[in-house]
Amino acid sequence: MFDWFMQTFPDSQPLHGLAGGVLIGLAGAVMLLGPGRIAGISGMTARVAGLSGGAPWPLAALFLAGLPAGALAVAALIGGIPAQFPPSLVLLAIAGLVTGVGTRLGSGCTSGHGVCGLSRLSPRSIVATLTFIATGMVTVALVNALGGGI
Amino acid sequence: MRNLMALLSGLLFGAGLALSGMMNPARVRGFLDIAGDWDPTLAFVMGGAVLVMAFAWALQRRMHRPLACEDFALPGTRLIDARLIGGAALFGVGWGLGGLCPGPAIASLVFHPLSAGVFVVAMLAGMLAFRLVDTRRG
Repeated sequence: MFDWFMQTFPDSQPLHGLAGGVLIGLAGAVMLLGPGRIAGISGMTARVAGLSGGAPWPLAALFLAGLPAGALAVAALIGGIPAQFPPSLVLLAIAGLVTGVGTRLGSGCTSGHGVCGLSRLSPRSIVATLTFIATGMVTVALVNALGGGI
Repeated sequence: MRNLMALLSGLLFGAGLALSGMMNPARVRGFLDIAGDWDPTLAFVMGGAVLVMAFAWALQRRMHRPLACEDFALPGTRLIDARLIGGAALFGVGWGLGGLCPGPAIASLVFHPLSAGVFVVAMLAGMLAFRLVDTRRG
């Protein structure tokens, strides 16, 4: 079964994905059962930037500070994190702008809706997650059709 | 205590993003590229995270208050309106364009300050723009 999977999707990393996913789930669990909040990154970001209410500022700031720190620890352990960014800074700026507006309008992103809300079986988050996966897939298909590679 | 737990949550989240491959925009785009060379890794990340979180919700429903605060501060789950769908749709477009969502972008700031920085600054600008025109401030 596993061999078949890896032959079918040779570039995938299902075990790394699953292990990382478990850590992300634990992160959400600590935030939910400790401070009693949703580990939603777009919401915490808006809070730290003073653009919304929500969690106490130090709580949100420490949560966000943990993201690069945790990633640095893993990078040190496994010897770097492979990443291939789109080369165009203009494209990244447009993507960031749309992400900023969209996450505020829709009250969440992949972490709040996709992980915390989906596992809560929140109808709101189920609709949001299906929607952003669908428009994400359409966007990638269009970008590839229009020349791709950006 | 609640601040320490928030830091621990962030550390675990960042470690999970790094280990899972979700800090690689090319891999995230690979998941969204169902018409091309599809990479299902992100589905495993979601699956692992949702599985653990489902247990956390089962615990939460049996708790009267969280461990480190007086009350749970949780959003409603029912309201499905044009804001939710329009916002999620827009977010998906940004996600597909850059292969980045807010978590991996912030975690990437220390590895790829220019690329991730441009994305994060633009994201903050988008959040600010929304704040300025939004009539229903929360």
